[in-house]
Amino acid sequence: MKQAEIVVIGGGPAGLCAAMSAAKSGAGVLIIDRNKSLGGQLVKQTHMFFGSEKQYASTRGIDIPEILLKELAKYKDKVEIKTNSTAVGFYEDGVITVLEKEDKYYKVEPKAVVVATGAYEKFLSFPNNDLPGIYGAGAVQTLMNVHGVKPGNRVLMVGAGNIGLIVSYQLMQAGVKVAAILDAAPKIGGYLVHASKIRRMGVPILTSHTVKEAIGKDFLEKAVVCKVDEKFNPIPGTEITFDVDVMCISVGLTPLNELLAMRGCRMKYVPQLSGLVPVRDENYETTVENIFVAGDASGVEEASAAMVEGYLAGLCAAAKIGYKPDDFYERRKDYMNQLNNLRSGPAARHILAGLDQIRR
Amino acid sequence: MDENTIICRCSDVTLKEIRELISQGYQTFDEIKRITRAGMGPCQGKTCGYLIMREIANATGKNMQDIKFQTNRPPVVGVKLGLIAEEGRNEE
Repeated sequence: MKQAEIVVIGGGPAGLCAAMSAAKSGAGVLIIDRNKSLGGQLVKQTHMFFGSEKQYASTRGIDIPEILLKELAKYKDKVEIKTNSTAVGFYEDGVITVLEKEDKYYKVEPKAVVVATGAYEKFLSFPNNDLPGIYGAGAVQTLMNVHGVKPGNRVLMVGAGNIGLIVSYQLMQAGVKVAAILDAAPKIGGYLVHASKIRRMGVPILTSHTVKEAIGKDFLEKAVVCKVDEKFNPIPGTEITFDVDVMCISVGLTPLNELLAMRGCRMKYVPQLSGLVPVRDENYETTVENIFVAGDASGVEEASAAMVEGYLAGLCAAAKIGYKPDDFYERRKDYMNQLNNLRSGPAARHILAGLDQIRR
Repeated sequence: MDENTIICRCSDVTLKEIRELISQGYQTFDEIKRITRAGMGPCQGKTCGYLIMREIANATGKNMQDIKFQTNRPPVVGVKLGLIAEEGRNEE
């Protein structure tokens, strides 16, 4: 059995910052990530980030992992990185099992863990929703921005949140026509600066609309949408048909944290945090001692908050197992202040309402 | 149209099947899982999970908060039994 002081599961923005923070305090860290390189979803974010300078505002998402990895390299004698490795089990005795490249399987016994596994995309139910050409927005971003593959020629974007708006813009940058963006909500969910950019390019944004059905024989050929009332029930006679070969589903993310659930952490469904999340204290420690959470796994927010949560969880996890630096309280306060600042705008009001429900 | 709406992509379970089961009184995710295998495929419920919970909520008038999510168990992805046996032998 492999021994480790702190295991960080997930090497995205939250995990990398957690690892850095824990290593800075002097703890040994093992990062486990299922992808072939670190950075999580940042590797497909070709747009510049908002937020504050401390979390790399005005830097493109794809450039952030490099900055973080360079910073992490300062602690390379403390940090071990395992890529192509999936944490497949988290057991009651605290043991984590890891599957490396489908041909190596081993156990790890950590003193503390930071689960920073991120989020996954929600799906929609409508007739013929299994036709080829119907993608999640994340899949479209991976195809285009990571592999350089065009997903199709004409796209219907379902969801006018920030991801839907940004991916629509990126599709247009790649020369793909976006027929329309729709959202079941009566208002555009994403930032107006993104929505305005899209509208200036002539793409209609249909609020209070949903997908009625997809049509096609071997792949998507048409999509029928319709208006919904205030209870989200379809209104007959309002159907519009679009000739599209791609439908991009961008109806939100939900926290990916089954490892915490199977370990026995108390979980709660909190709509404002987009799904099932672990109950945790202000140090991001769950109801199971020495098990911490950070980033979207603790509630869907955005990369800036994920990074700060990572720093905080990594700092507190290290302190819990004996690596409490002299400036612990100063650093902790700084991270908490940064989180408060990031959550001070009107867009974060629902996040604060959500956090109230999971604080232990 | 419900028979063409896929809820569980791993095991090809349709909305029609889910709604029929709920109307027969199978109103927890785990019951529906045991009958249809929804949630037991490679994605382990990441497509169908919330869709089925939402169907249960709509049919029973309950809030999503009051509906029990499926039980998560290891492993989260498929692992060859041979690898598990090998690691077990290493421990002896």
